[in-house]
Amino acid sequence: MSKQTGSEVVLTIPMHPSMELVAAQTGSLIAEANGFDQKCIEEIQLALIETCINAFEHSKSDDQRVHITFIIKDNELEFKITDRGVGFQIDPDKLSTVDEPEPRELRKRGWGLELIKNMMDSLYVDSNEHETTITLVKKKPDY
Amino acid sequence: MLSGKFEVQTREEEDYAVIQTEGYLNGPRGESLAETAKNLMQKGHTRFVINLAETKLINSIGISILIEIIELLEERRGILNFCGLTPTIEHTFRLVALARHAGIFPDEDSAIAALDNP
Repeated sequence: MSKQTGSEVVLTIPMHPSMELVAAQTGSLIAEANGFDQKCIEEIQLALIETCINAFEHSKSDDQRVHITFIIKDNELEFKITDRGVGFQIDPDKLSTVDEPEPRELRKRGWGLELIKNMMDSLYVDSNEHETTITLVKKKPDY
Repeated sequence: MLSGKFEVQTREEEDYAVIQTEGYLNGPRGESLAETAKNLMQKGHTRFVINLAETKLINSIGISILIEIIELLEERRGILNFCGLTPTIEHTFRLVALARHAGIFPDEDSAIAALDNP
């Protein structure tokens, strides 16, 4: 598997319904080929789906596309998801994790980034009024 | 491989109904599931099992619609149990507090049995 280290896969998807599945499936195939287990693969799929639909719903991008780079490293995968939209401000450190002990209320929306953070090992947001790149990192379970 | 298809099947028993989904549960498909649940509620059902064994992926919009179904059932003093969840979907349900308002069981038989012991 290490022979793929340093490789990149670049994918551009239109902001059309269900196109997030193309990103999820590509991420799934890359993770599987690089020895990630089924649980990690499902977490990667969910994180990619949520990141893409966030861009679909909120970016107001003129080109109506999402650009995804899948970067294969020694013991982790990195995903850079970019839209050329209006951007947003958020501090990922302020997003909660599932291990927090407080009772949680039932609310319908606004879970996207929290889900992504809980599925991945790292989440970085680099956003301005012209472009947003969300970088996700998933490590192999033993690393 | 991921599938673009989505199917909802229902089974009505005397005092409960089972809804089984197949495929990726997103917003439009969640609406279809909610419509099915609402139709069953209009027929008098308040005790539900939703079997997600054939649904391996769900997004946050799909989850929001499941929460809507739970709220409708709570208004009717009903009960909803889920079964057949992947570990990732179960983790997600716990994260969004959905698991505090609905039961989670490994299989359909245990989810149905638990309708009598909420």
